[in-house]
Amino acid sequence: MSPDATAGPRRPEADAGAMVSVRAVSKVYPGGVEALSDITLDFPKGKLTTILGPSGCGKTTLLKIVAGLLPPTAGEVTVAGRRVAGPGPERAFVFQDFALMPWATVLRNVAFGIELRGVPRAEREAVAMRHIAEVGLQGFERHYPHELSGGMRQRVGLARALAVDAEVLLMDEPFSAVDEQTRRKFQEDLLALAAGKGKTLLFVTHSIEEAVYLSDRIVLLSRRPSRVSSIVEPAIPRDAPPEAIRRHPAYLDTVEAIWRGLKQYLD
Amino acid sequence: MTAFGYRVPQWVSLLVWAAAWEAAGWTDLTLLLPPLSGVIAKLFEIVPTEHFADALLLTARAFAAGTLVAVAVGVPVGMCMGRYETADRLLLPWVNMFVSAPLTALVPVIMALFGFGETTIVLTVVLFAVWIVVLDARAGARSLPASLEEMARSYGASVWQAFAKVYVWAALPEILAGVRLGLLRGVKGVIVGQLLVSVVGFGHLFEIYQSNFLMEHMWALLLVLFALAFAIDGALAALEKRVEYYAAAR
Repeated sequence: MSPDATAGPRRPEADAGAMVSVRAVSKVYPGGVEALSDITLDFPKGKLTTILGPSGCGKTTLLKIVAGLLPPTAGEVTVAGRRVAGPGPERAFVFQDFALMPWATVLRNVAFGIELRGVPRAEREAVAMRHIAEVGLQGFERHYPHELSGGMRQRVGLARALAVDAEVLLMDEPFSAVDEQTRRKFQEDLLALAAGKGKTLLFVTHSIEEAVYLSDRIVLLSRRPSRVSSIVEPAIPRDAPPEAIRRHPAYLDTVEAIWRGLKQYLD
Repeated sequence: MTAFGYRVPQWVSLLVWAAAWEAAGWTDLTLLLPPLSGVIAKLFEIVPTEHFADALLLTARAFAAGTLVAVAVGVPVGMCMGRYETADRLLLPWVNMFVSAPLTALVPVIMALFGFGETTIVLTVVLFAVWIVVLDARAGARSLPASLEEMARSYGASVWQAFAKVYVWAALPEILAGVRLGLLRGVKGVIVGQLLVSVVGFGHLFEIYQSNFLMEHMWALLLVLFALAFAIDGALAALEKRVEYYAAAR
């Protein structure tokens, strides 16, 4: 990777303490497929880190290990200093295919995480309403998922993750099942939301542009069995309007540099 | 059912066969086949009687109790089989065997164990209904999308919560299909049980009608039972339609 992509004024902030630490994690699936090989990574607190890599490289596997949905074959993950042995309330997951309950309204879907914690109905619905409004879905509380577009469904998935007030949001290609225009708007909204909340976001994507546009830090994985191939911190001013970011030389250079780095993994 | 045009030919076909029955009855071909009009007249005659009411009450009670047990046992067992490999390996061969076995042959065994009373009939209903309920609940649990299961786990659902709040609902279309088939088999069970026990309910009535050669009575009773089974199926089909909308959306 070219050094100019990693240089930038934001570099020192990145070391402001790791929220999620991945230590020497390997994953071999039953049947012998080696998805991850000796991954060691830190995800800084309050930052959006993207995991990017060639398709089938184990990005999602890594995210699910952090989520506690998959056990690593070797190594360990700590979140806020505690070792991960399963899912926990400090982490919330946003799914690629939304994973909404089709029999439940938007309101109940969003409130589901806190419903499981036994929060009384009136209270959890008030919390859910707030987050539904936050993702721009007010007025759709009583709708069912099948009455919404793909982009709106993923907003429900995001609101559900926000409603449990987890410090870490794990997002597994959340926009890949959403059409291009909706995705752009969604990315902008996500940045605005993330900026205000100080949450730590782990974001898996296969889109270089999406990664560069959204991320404070980009982790590039190699082809399976995946290792960390490089870490990029785009030096892009986040306070600029979205159109300006997408035209910013640092944005364009970083996209280009990452593309050059990933091209070697394509046949 | 959407197609009104699909229903009409069915009724027409029924009318044609009803007319054929009536005609055959008038030819005095055999004593076994009285004219349909006579049977229907008899139907209105026997339905208000106390014997009929008693038999219907007993049948309804045994049927309700039996299918309730079959669903209450079958759905959890099927869901567990669908989710847990060990339970599946342990039970599937048996379920598969019983779902296709000629269960009527087992009713005398139940009779020997539990006597000639209502218990036997209830158990016969369970025996007929439970297997298909288990199989369909299992299919429902197996078709659960992986991401819904991960969603439940990642948001901290206990095993109990996951089953009660997610898995059962996700499997509901399959479960209802199984319940519907189970109820239809239960109708068979309740009649077969009563016929074999033949001292209670409709079985007793059949016994009386046959031994006294009351063919109009017998046909009338048969028509009533057919109509009951048809009504139960129709009611469940309507219920199934209400959950269909999300079966496709899962």
